Amino acid sequence: MMDNLILTDFLTLTGIAFTAALILYFILQKFHTEEDPRIKDIEAMLPQANCGACGRAGCHDFAVACTKCTPQGFAKLYCPVGGSKVMKEIAGYLGMKAADREGTVAVLRCNGSCQNAPIKTNYNGIQFCRIAHNISSGQSGCPDGCLRLGDCIKVCKFGALSLNPQTGLPQVDSEKCTSCGACVNICPRQLFEIRPKGQNNQRVYVACRNRQKGSIARKNCKTACIGCMKCAKICPEIKIEENLSYIPCSVNAAKYGRQLAQTCPTGAIVHIEEKDKNND
Amino acid sequence: MTKTFPIGGLHPQKHKLASELAIIDAGLPEYVSIPVKQHSGAPAKIVVAKGEKVKAGTLLAAADGIVSAPIHSSVSGEIVNIGLQEGLFGYDEEQITIKVEGNEYAQGIDTSDKIITEIPDDTEEIMQRIRNAGVVGMGGAGYPTPIKTTVPEGKKAEYLIVNGIECEPYLCADDRLMQEKAEEIIIGAKIINKLLGIQKAIIAIDENKPQAIEIMSRLTKRYIGVNVRTCKSKYPQGSEKQLITAITGREVPAAKRPIDIGCIVQNVGTVFAVYEAVMKKKPLFERIVTVSGDTAEKSANFRVRVGTPAEFLINKIGGMTDKTAEIIFGGPFMGTATVNLNTPVTKLTSGILLLSKKSTAKEPETACIRCGKCVDVCPQGLLPFEIARRARNNDFSQLMQLHARDCIECGSCAYTCPARIPLLDYCKISKAEAKKILKKQ
Repeated sequence: MMDNLILTDFLTLTGIAFTAALILYFILQKFHTEEDPRIKDIEAMLPQANCGACGRAGCHDFAVACTKCTPQGFAKLYCPVGGSKVMKEIAGYLGMKAADREGTVAVLRCNGSCQNAPIKTNYNGIQFCRIAHNISSGQSGCPDGCLRLGDCIKVCKFGALSLNPQTGLPQVDSEKCTSCGACVNICPRQLFEIRPKGQNNQRVYVACRNRQKGSIARKNCKTACIGCMKCAKICPEIKIEENLSYIPCSVNAAKYGRQLAQTCPTGAIVHIEEKDKNND
Repeated sequence: MTKTFPIGGLHPQKHKLASELAIIDAGLPEYVSIPVKQHSGAPAKIVVAKGEKVKAGTLLAAADGIVSAPIHSSVSGEIVNIGLQEGLFGYDEEQITIKVEGNEYAQGIDTSDKIITEIPDDTEEIMQRIRNAGVVGMGGAGYPTPIKTTVPEGKKAEYLIVNGIECEPYLCADDRLMQEKAEEIIIGAKIINKLLGIQKAIIAIDENKPQAIEIMSRLTKRYIGVNVRTCKSKYPQGSEKQLITAITGREVPAAKRPIDIGCIVQNVGTVFAVYEAVMKKKPLFERIVTVSGDTAEKSANFRVRVGTPAEFLINKIGGMTDKTAEIIFGGPFMGTATVNLNTPVTKLTSGILLLSKKSTAKEPETACIRCGKCVDVCPQGLLPFEIARRARNNDFSQLMQLHARDCIECGSCAYTCPARIPLLDYCKISKAEAKKILKKQ
């Protein structure tokens, strides 16, 4: 009996498997679609991160878009993760010309570290910036500053963000950052900005988003922008609105960077040279 | 027979320390700071300038648009500052600061205790008085009452439910109001009845308020159409949707409003404010606030002018003790902890609680054991553990199927969770995400 049982089982299952395989085979024959073979090749060149930073649903979708577009349209396609290198490779394969784009990186526009913006109130809720943002102005009291709970770190797929134990702020590893924009979207206070890496890896930006009046802002944070206009005198491109200065990407960091950072009375302007030393 | 909603709910300890204490006047602080946004909708437009003298009831800011409400001065004195100040959450909000001088009322306000029973005939006139008085829903949402009492075209109001449940622990403001201003509330309900063009009003009271039930039942015998219904003591019985189900047996469909099934729910505080606005021409500038908590030396129910800083009230009951760890505006379930003692009392502040570390401490979260307790207590019949699991992993693909948008944020799930998972916070994240998805569509 036992032998029979095993044998029946074996035969039944094999039979089912064989029938299913046959059905699948014929269905495949009947509904077979011819996919552009180039899509597979382009997909292999792409980073396969499926992050959606290019604006498409994933790497496959991007590859489809590459094969279907006109030469003019191709110039608009860009994979921020792979960068110019990958785009050139794809352009060579397709016989088109890739537009030259400068590398970009995410920067944190807040300098409210544990030292600069000390903790005043105790937040004991869930460690999510999005929740903390809704129920309080944060432990430092600055209504626009970093909450230091790390939603951006959780969302980064490339390990480019890490919490600096000394400052309590997330820091960007410019080598790993692909400027996919995930941190820009998740931050409830819009503290991240994608900026060009700049000449010789030099960048200058205002590390503050606080729009309060100078005296109030400085109560909570030593390095808050107070809208003193000193930077605007050095470089007329800089605009100051609602007590907050903004340095556009077009300002030459190599030329003005050091001067701007030294002139700023509160230290809200950050100038980064060569290797990334963010939040120092 | 006591009524209740069919699914979910829980029975937290009541802590109604102030239920036996009569409402007392809190008195006048030195300064009041009145926020221009004390309701849902657009902030009111300021119509006064710095240095102007005002009286209690003077219009400070006019309603800006339909979904908005005017703001009135709560004291007499001089305006010393108009500008941004730190509010309840620590964020800046526009406030009008008035230095208190004397205690004068604006012209036309009837400050006597006499009960007026003759309701004006003209419904337009009644509506105008409610609108001018800046009456908003005082249960917490702050939706302007004139809009809520206007029945949209093609819909019919059948039930007016006056919400006297107050299911949150500690809070007794509504309870005391029903005991002391019972007749006014009944007349207020009749006024709203007139606006809606119906004859019936149901006053729903929790069974843990026997005195209020007794007084209300006695008085309603004299008013035709107004009835008292006793509801089972269960949290969150005071939620609009749950109360409608308990009283009428109807269920508010997802993403619909109570008026769609012919119901209108008004808080007893709102109904009292409607009475004062129509009969006494008194704008909404004071309310009842319970100040209590497990670390408060004594509890009290205060009649407070809007704009009074929290610190003034806390000092009235003997100040904070060493054990006070958190100060909460509202109830312990749905209220918010404040970081700023100068936070002014608004039209929506039902209580100020001084809670100890023991009752507010959050224990570390452990893994979900899938016991299903959160599903048992959810009054909306959702799956909090599933919503939380997906929110934690940033997976928002199933939000619509899980009906995250129907969460009423009562916090029953987080309260009951043996693994101490902050389920409510995860549900809030999912809700915000669901709103984003809907906007995109």
